[in-house]
Amino acid sequence: MKYVDEFRDGALARTIAAKVACAVEPGRSYNFMEFCGGHTHAISRYGVIDLLPQNVRMVHGPGCPVCVLPIGRIDNAIELASRPEVILCTYADTMRVPASGYLSLMKAKAHGMDVRMVYSAADALRIARQNPARTVVFFAIGFETTTPPTALAILQADREGLANFLVFCNHVLTPAAIANILESPQVRGIGTVPLDGFVGPAHVSCVIGSQPYEYFAEEYGKPVVIAGFEPLDVMQAVLMLVRQVNDGRAEVENEFTRAVTREGNTRAKELVAEVFELRRSFEWRGLGEVPYSALRIKPKYARFDAERRFGIEYRSVPDNKACECGTILRGAKEPRDCKVFGTVCTPESPLGSCMVSSEGACAAYYTYGRFRDASGLQRQNARERPAPRVSAPLAHREATSDASSASGAPR
Amino acid sequence: MTTVKPGYVRPIDFKHGQVDMTHGGGGRAMAQLIEELFLSAFDNEWLRQMNDQASFTLPHGNGAPGRMVMATDSHVVSPLFFPGGDIGCLSVHGTINDVAMAGAQPLYLAASFILEEGFPLADLKRIVDSMAHAAREAGVPVVTGDTKVVERGSGDGVFITTTGVGVVPDGVQVSGDRARPGDTVLVSGTMGDHGVAVMSFRENLEFETAVRSDTAALHGLVAAMVEAVPEIRCLRDPTRGGLATTLNELARQSGVGMRIRERDVPVLPGVAAACEFLGLDPLYVANEGKLVAICAPEDAERLLAVMRAHPLGRDAAAIGEVIEDTHRFVQMETAFGGSRVVDWLTGEQLPRIC
Repeated sequence: MKYVDEFRDGALARTIAAKVACAVEPGRSYNFMEFCGGHTHAISRYGVIDLLPQNVRMVHGPGCPVCVLPIGRIDNAIELASRPEVILCTYADTMRVPASGYLSLMKAKAHGMDVRMVYSAADALRIARQNPARTVVFFAIGFETTTPPTALAILQADREGLANFLVFCNHVLTPAAIANILESPQVRGIGTVPLDGFVGPAHVSCVIGSQPYEYFAEEYGKPVVIAGFEPLDVMQAVLMLVRQVNDGRAEVENEFTRAVTREGNTRAKELVAEVFELRRSFEWRGLGEVPYSALRIKPKYARFDAERRFGIEYRSVPDNKACECGTILRGAKEPRDCKVFGTVCTPESPLGSCMVSSEGACAAYYTYGRFRDASGLQRQNARERPAPRVSAPLAHREATSDASSASGAPR
Repeated sequence: MTTVKPGYVRPIDFKHGQVDMTHGGGGRAMAQLIEELFLSAFDNEWLRQMNDQASFTLPHGNGAPGRMVMATDSHVVSPLFFPGGDIGCLSVHGTINDVAMAGAQPLYLAASFILEEGFPLADLKRIVDSMAHAAREAGVPVVTGDTKVVERGSGDGVFITTTGVGVVPDGVQVSGDRARPGDTVLVSGTMGDHGVAVMSFRENLEFETAVRSDTAALHGLVAAMVEAVPEIRCLRDPTRGGLATTLNELARQSGVGMRIRERDVPVLPGVAAACEFLGLDPLYVANEGKLVAICAPEDAERLLAVMRAHPLGRDAAAIGEVIEDTHRFVQMETAFGGSRVVDWLTGEQLPRIC
């Protein structure tokens, strides 16, 4: 597959692995949080961990849109879907997120509620046009990547005078979540969660640009490398982060220059600014209430706002006591540290949201990585792990060609 | 030392639960429903083998051949017509293949139709003509059938159930529980063609692709394979849930693990591309004209050659090995150079694919 396979090339991966192995200083540990679920997925699916030295540890962050949705918001969505006139349109992953009372949108559908899976906000618009007698509610979730399409759908509905299209807005903001993690006592004060740098979001950064991360690099002294979602992107970003840490630098670097600029997508940002405004506060699963971390629909477009139309009230619902999603989302624990991981909480019957989406830390580990436990290849017991499979002659021979230049990705 | 937690599965809640789409997805939820409901209710030695067909010996004294095979398959594919096929030929091929995967020669088919009031007769004729053509081509006649009609809204056009019987050649003993560590895992061709072809015609999702369904009757290929290597251990067609689910089923039945190599699994570029933008994994996408074979390592080369010599096995490949593993994990060496589990399908990837 052209323009994709180049970024999954095994030979190039070994080259970068060799460089990372050369770059890391023995006796020093490198803890990098990949904020995005897209990176978590790539790391697990392609087995990137196997190519990294044992003193480089990847910490999974909260950047999975499904994982951070609190139970109360799913309850709200089910409440909306239970109205006989409503068709609730939602992205597939959201269907299985557990709600109160052992419900989920999938089960609500089996109970007879009209819940439909869509690939985009535009699909929901089309369903609204086709069903003028029904009220179509689009369950809008996600970070800055999915927000512009929702804005566009609202503007389109406005132009068409489509009165039966509503949006239940749950869009959240990446920088607010990163700030929350960096401000958390575990990271800032107690230092129980060592974080030496961030692999910055790929698609989110296409929209917001690299500029918003400059504050984190400056204020918190943490390097950020924005990286694409392909496994070679992740490898290259790790190399760049290791170099920054070694040099004592804390800068925003951009590995994903094929798509991300400093300013981002100004047209998309304008669309979002036209339709949405900041919420004073929003509850995130795992992070709790985070001020100014989410968006709501502006009064100007209130007629498309499902919350206003139906007077939806948010009620916070505590997570299951045994569920460690919150701690895992903050990087303070790993999936296997959770007592219910792989026992009562599995992708089939998830207890926590991290087990739902393939981008969630628990689901990614369960689906792709649990043989590591079986064969004793735990990161905690890193010393027992075999060295990365890099043959020295190959590493030496190819060490002159960078993955990014060879694959056409400018640095 | 192992720290992996035992595979606990929360039992099905038969008191309050409801059927949802995952129960038909071909993944773990469906396997659980079969085990906790159907298997426990119908419990018998044939069903307990957990194959896609039952193989049994006829009562003595009637001059019948050694072992017979019986399989049944319902078809609810949406849309009814898709690139490379339709529900008609699919329903013939599906059951022929289920019979053939016991190493058997399919002999006869039965077909049941559930039709929805209002369904255009022209479409029904097109479907039945396609079935008839497929049955003739395969040399397996439809010898009996049944027709029911339900009120408008109680069905979705047409559902077809076919049942087939066949005979197993002497000396052939193919079953999903016979894989042994060291065995070689082979596939007969490219993975994921059917699923992508059907998806490309789905309402809301139409995209242009040259990929066509691989729907085909595999009994000819199987006959050539069992003739060359009568000791073949396992055969299975990776339909719903794709290659990943089939390998997990076989690993569980045989009590073994598997290790496959991503770079050796054949996938058409068009399928890879479609999966990429739909967010799917070709390993989980349905096939309707492909099989997975497991044989002893010393037979692998011969078997592969026979498969490649057959028109339906041109792209056959050896993709990995059976290994010892009490956890029954299917592992994969990624083309990127790492390793990962290839797990059971969770939920449903593509509903109503066959």
